[in-house]
Amino acid sequence: MTVKTMREALNDALHAEMARDPRVIVLGEDVSGGAGGTSGTRDAAGGIFGVTKGLITAFGEDRVIDTPISESAIVGLANGAALAGLRPVAELMFADFVGVSMDQIMNQMAKFRYMFGGKAKTPVVLRMSMGAGMNAAAQHSQTIYPMLTAIPGLKVVVPSTPADAKGLLATAIRDDDPIIFLEHKALYSRKGEVPDGEHLVRFGEAALVREGEHCTVVALARMVGFAERAIDKLAAEGITCDLIDPRTTSPLDEDTILESLSNTGRLVVVDESPPRCSIASDIAALAANRGFKSLKAPVEIVTAPHTPVPFARELERVYVPGPDRIEAAIRKAVKGA
Amino acid sequence: MQLSPAQILKAYRQMRLIRDFEERLHVENRTGEIAGFTHLYAGQEAIAVGVCENLDDRDYIISTHRGHGHCLAKGCDPKGMMHEIYGRADGLCKGRGGSMHIADLDKGMLGANGIVGAGQPIAVGAAVACKLRKDGSVSVSFGGDGATNQGTVFEAMNMAVVLKLPKVFIIENNGYSEHTGASYGIGSDVVRRTEGFGIPVFQADGFDFFSVHEAARQAIEHARSGKGPSAVYAVATRYFGHFEGDPQNYRAKGEVERFRAEKDCLMGFRNKVLEAALLDAAELDRIDAEIAGLIDASVQSARAAAPPPASAVYDDVYISY
Repeated sequence: MTVKTMREALNDALHAEMARDPRVIVLGEDVSGGAGGTSGTRDAAGGIFGVTKGLITAFGEDRVIDTPISESAIVGLANGAALAGLRPVAELMFADFVGVSMDQIMNQMAKFRYMFGGKAKTPVVLRMSMGAGMNAAAQHSQTIYPMLTAIPGLKVVVPSTPADAKGLLATAIRDDDPIIFLEHKALYSRKGEVPDGEHLVRFGEAALVREGEHCTVVALARMVGFAERAIDKLAAEGITCDLIDPRTTSPLDEDTILESLSNTGRLVVVDESPPRCSIASDIAALAANRGFKSLKAPVEIVTAPHTPVPFARELERVYVPGPDRIEAAIRKAVKGA
Repeated sequence: MQLSPAQILKAYRQMRLIRDFEERLHVENRTGEIAGFTHLYAGQEAIAVGVCENLDDRDYIISTHRGHGHCLAKGCDPKGMMHEIYGRADGLCKGRGGSMHIADLDKGMLGANGIVGAGQPIAVGAAVACKLRKDGSVSVSFGGDGATNQGTVFEAMNMAVVLKLPKVFIIENNGYSEHTGASYGIGSDVVRRTEGFGIPVFQADGFDFFSVHEAARQAIEHARSGKGPSAVYAVATRYFGHFEGDPQNYRAKGEVERFRAEKDCLMGFRNKVLEAALLDAAELDRIDAEIAGLIDASVQSARAAAPPPASAVYDDVYISY
């Protein structure tokens, strides 16, 4: 184990997988940066958040491809390269840019395997940064994953820790289905213990981050850390919770959530997305449908408001669900107040 | 380039195969046995065959909603295609794709695609794989005049130039983007527009197999030899509507009949090879008879084949909730 940031953990996984399999290529805007610049330095950026730093030095221009700002062509290129036998890891700088490339995501990569009778493999990993917390405003701060989770054929990965980020990215690159890999930009500098050497985390297996008796809390990405703070504070009062991080929103580890609910009888779901058709509403529906007999109280959902992400610090703080709101939701679920 | 008699005979066979396949589908569609949307390629055979006769098994193509001709020209099994169009369990895509999504990865056929302009960026990706393999393979996208106005095609063209990929863009102008004339939808000259990206365009008469074959040969040679992307521009016409059932109110009366009588690519091919004494009429007639039998057998077997079982809706997905 070594303490690393999530950025370093992701970078480790990319280096290791590219070294392991010559079919893995990396592409996107500024994944190395420096192409056509005046400094002559090719390893100039390593991605806007530094996740792909050093790859071009290690693996060369053929496998680390700086692209123009052409999101449809970036995702399309990844799709075609995958059909032709490569294992591309494409980067969209911001999850919001899914809007520019949605056809290639929704109508192409997600559907090849099924639509072509099971013969096509589409081993694409589409990495993107997501989430609020950097005052990046309405077009650079969305979570997007609920919308993508709704599309059959896509696997959607939402890591919350450096160790999971490394293990899930390695798994994603080795998977034959298209993967949407969302990295919360406020977590890139988060540090944690990361296993050295090969580390794989299976999809569809939730992490049980805290164990308790009174309430089940489900949270994703940055919300996991906020939920930990709320839960640890309540523990001092004798209220204890299971904290479940599903890690992948599809496949979703329904069993772990329902099993925990059968023990606690209460459920709080935390999602940094607007409420309608969110992961929070989806998991609440799961509880109502398959966990109804376990429920001792209404399911509480803690979400962003149904608004675009605002810019000003004061407004963004209101937008992002924080530990206080999670704490209040747990209290309400447990005590009815 | 001089083609051998065997090559000429094969080209004729491929064109005849596409023509009969499409003409028969036009008839069979009226029986109501074929579900969904069918877009026929008849009239444009010289383009698909003229291009694909320059390709081999290592090369890729990607097609459009009007894809049957490209699939057949790249070597997809006509019977498997017919079963797919009829939605049968043993169709090329197990009845889950249909007319608009026929693919055969084993043949380097990356799929007919229902989204206009979606195939070009995908073919750029296959060209990246070709370039990395260093085996001289190329990736070819077919697209119509309609697709030339999609931004995705502009992105794909620029990307192919920037990355200097072995990528060939085939631009088939059949005169209509669905129900709207190509002259209306294209605000400038397609050839000059493509050249503006830095892509050399090899122009061909889309009614003439030999013209297309030569232009495609030069374009493909350009891409194979590592000089970067190229394009072929060819004008032709489609004999049927945008989709089967299209009343074609946008076309002048007699337009199709005139093309059939004066410009038909199969007729022109036949006349040319007979005049030049490259083949004799009996050989061509034998092919006509063979293809007629093949198409008939394909339709009969597709009609009799079983549809997929209900459980197949859940096949080939990683999870169903």
